[in-house]
Amino acid sequence: MTNTLHRYGDAASFHDDYVVFAMCCRGKNDKDSVPKLRKFLEIALQFKPVNLGDARHGGALRPSRTMNPTSHWDRDIRPNFEAVIAGLDTPTTAAAVFDNRVAAEDFVKAVVEADLGLSVNISTSIDGAEQCCAHAGIPRHSVGYSLGFEGKTGHLPNEDVLKLATMCGHGMVAASLAKKMIDWVKEGRRTPEQAASYMTRFCSCGVFNPSRAKRILIEASKRTK
Amino acid sequence: MKINPNKCVACGNCTYVCPMGAIYIDPEIKRATINRDECVECYSCFHGLSQEHLNPTMVRTVRKIFQMMRLRFDPEPDVCPTAAFEPDELVWPRVIRRAFSDPRVPHESTGIEGRGTEEVKTNDVSGRIQVGEVGFTIEFGRPGVGVWMSEIQTMCTALAEIGVSFEKKNPITSLMSDVSKGQLREDVLGEKVLSAIVEIKARIECTGQIIELVHRIEKQLDTVVALGVGTRCDAEGEDRVVAPILENLGYQLERAKTNIGIGRATND
Repeated sequence: MTNTLHRYGDAASFHDDYVVFAMCCRGKNDKDSVPKLRKFLEIALQFKPVNLGDARHGGALRPSRTMNPTSHWDRDIRPNFEAVIAGLDTPTTAAAVFDNRVAAEDFVKAVVEADLGLSVNISTSIDGAEQCCAHAGIPRHSVGYSLGFEGKTGHLPNEDVLKLATMCGHGMVAASLAKKMIDWVKEGRRTPEQAASYMTRFCSCGVFNPSRAKRILIEASKRTK
Repeated sequence: MKINPNKCVACGNCTYVCPMGAIYIDPEIKRATINRDECVECYSCFHGLSQEHLNPTMVRTVRKIFQMMRLRFDPEPDVCPTAAFEPDELVWPRVIRRAFSDPRVPHESTGIEGRGTEEVKTNDVSGRIQVGEVGFTIEFGRPGVGVWMSEIQTMCTALAEIGVSFEKKNPITSLMSDVSKGQLREDVLGEKVLSAIVEIKARIECTGQIIELVHRIEKQLDTVVALGVGTRCDAEGEDRVVAPILENLGYQLERAKTNIGIGRATND
């Protein structure tokens, strides 16, 4: 889940990006962890997440293996949270994505009270995570900082594309697709919601934040450079 | 991965969704084609594109008519209209590409999907990073650049020379033929992956030295590097040691993952 650590942007740009995920430690608490991971996702549902996912099967908006041609004109872009919960069948990483601090804080508090015994992490701005812990009345245990991208950064795309593409840290959202979606929104060929949904389907663990993507698409489409 | 030329209609949708930019329309054969050297077997094309199962001849005919009339059909951009992608049977060492690039496949060495690492995410249960220690995740290749295993070895051998400890439960460490020297197996060095993470652990006082070394070595590599630095907080949930070191080194700390410490060992 380092894939959520290196999202591109400054702290302020994560005001609508809170990824909370639960995972078990192999050999320590992975036995009988599936119902606990499901419970984690069920609790998340109460706080209106913008995405849910499990690292094995994917997120709440998935590609279709048998797409009907007529769906070009009527594509369903609503997330299917129940399918994620029902499909979780193996010890893996379960993630819930929120687009506001209050929901994330309340969710973390509820997870602490549920006492599932799984490791739970919050991936967002440093302040945002501290506030979630304070709201739940617990001290932080460990913290992993992102120091950002280094090396041959000339290979990287522009900042707007980078913000979109790094929301799937596994790299499944291609920079070319993100750029194309910015262009399509700019041209009025697709709405920001539709453009965000295309990228969301490529994220195979459900941590892509379609709400933040929509905001970035709108901001990027108004830029002149 | 391969594209069945009998099915492909050269719609071009897949050229945008390949994270490595390894798919192009070959003008000679007028079919989407995969650059096999650059393909990292991430399966993003196969898993991420929705699939229709239209008749290829019919689709080509319609496209030709539209092209002649200078009309452009405006299809969904995340669809392969004829389900033309077909996975190859991967053999060693090419199978390494998929193991490191397709996040749906758990790494055999750790049993974990994604990049196969637990880092400080389970530190409340594993105790992997203790007070006074710092854990580094040195990730290569993402987003969309990729990295050759030989480049990872360049970094690992340099790290080994200053005596760092490589995390045992890590997919890259599991490929090392000599962990003390940071050397990878000879037969995997020619493989390219979407990204990979080297995990090391050291005393906190070595933080600056390690970062300086990574900076020096990354200049020799033709890829991007993302550094993560993990540490254990004190009893009050504060990190009063590592963050100041990083800030003194010039880093503006924006994002982190925070382990909230509610995990515990429950296996019998």
